[in-house]
Amino acid sequence: MTTPSRLPEPYAQGGGANLADILERVLDKGIVIAGDIRINLLDIELLTVKLRLIVASVDKAKEMGIDWWETDPALSSSARRDELARENAELRERLARLEELELGTGRAHREET
Amino acid sequence: MTGLRYVYAVCRPFGAPLQAQLTGVGGAPPALLHHHGLVAVVSTVPEADFAEDALRARLEDLDWLTATARAHQGVIDALTTVTTPLPLRLATVFRDDSGVRTMIEAREDEFRRTLDRLEGRVEWGVKVYADIAPAQPERPAAKPASGRDYLRQRRAQTRSHENMWQKAEEFADRLHRLLSERGEDSRLHAPQNPALSGVSGRNVLNAAYLVPRAHSEEFVEIVDRAKDETPGLRVELTGPWAPYSFAGDAGAQAPREGEREGAREGEGGEGT
Repeated sequence: MTTPSRLPEPYAQGGGANLADILERVLDKGIVIAGDIRINLLDIELLTVKLRLIVASVDKAKEMGIDWWETDPALSSSARRDELARENAELRERLARLEELELGTGRAHREET
Repeated sequence: MTGLRYVYAVCRPFGAPLQAQLTGVGGAPPALLHHHGLVAVVSTVPEADFAEDALRARLEDLDWLTATARAHQGVIDALTTVTTPLPLRLATVFRDDSGVRTMIEAREDEFRRTLDRLEGRVEWGVKVYADIAPAQPERPAAKPASGRDYLRQRRAQTRSHENMWQKAEEFADRLHRLLSERGEDSRLHAPQNPALSGVSGRNVLNAAYLVPRAHSEEFVEIVDRAKDETPGLRVELTGPWAPYSFAGDAGAQAPREGEREGAREGEGGEGT
């Protein structure tokens, strides 16, 4: 399918913006009017989780319970803190295991001698 | 063959003709339907694709959805070069022209208000991507000599990674503030998923700005200047778009009856 040519358009790449740019606008922005054919685009199954995520505005996504960026360390500072806490706990646990092991082998040594 | 009326946009009458070879959804040429001093840009679409059940099935097909979305955007784009269109959401379909006219009559005041507000303005999209490699905990730069060394290295890595993200966030904040001052209005969109955008790097800012056409050149220059400011951060500009992100402002209108039923929460709302 061909896209109609635009007036001089130096900013978008490859004859147009990327698909996500277009979808987030035509599916989620613009005026909503209930026509004679009534389809709620957000009810379409294809637009579940991932695609919804792409087209839904931040607040809307949150209302839908989509909040991956809040738990994604790359996008959320609180998630980064959580990650550090997790790593910390993991290290403590490893240390405890090592200590236990150390203690165990020490005891074994004593028993041998 | 029966056809339905697909409506792309509503605008005020404009003098310039549409591009002769312009095609809309399904390849049909768009036409102008004048009514009450407004123009609905419409085309005929087959009932086989756009009757309710058929449409629901079609929308599940990503290729079809992509082609339809691009065709919709293509018409809006062509309109943007000659006027300021109010883009309607994808797949706004009526049985016939009289259904479209009734819709215009029911909403003409609102259309006029929104057209006045957006007249002569375009939307620019600005995204910031951060090309930051993930922290690599298992591969320290040098083999640590002791546990203490290991922890020290680990801490330094985490800190520099943190710093990079903090820098990216600060840059995005600063750019958004700067551009918000230049634009008349702005919207923050959810970060894009790389699976669909096909773009590398993490999307840390995805914003839209409403800018008068006359000030667009200046706006673009500001964005261009920001492009080389910080290594590791990529600024991307798209547009000029029709004012998609500013046309459906829920804040400006009361909820409309008939549209909220069955609609998901937040329907018609915008991120702020």
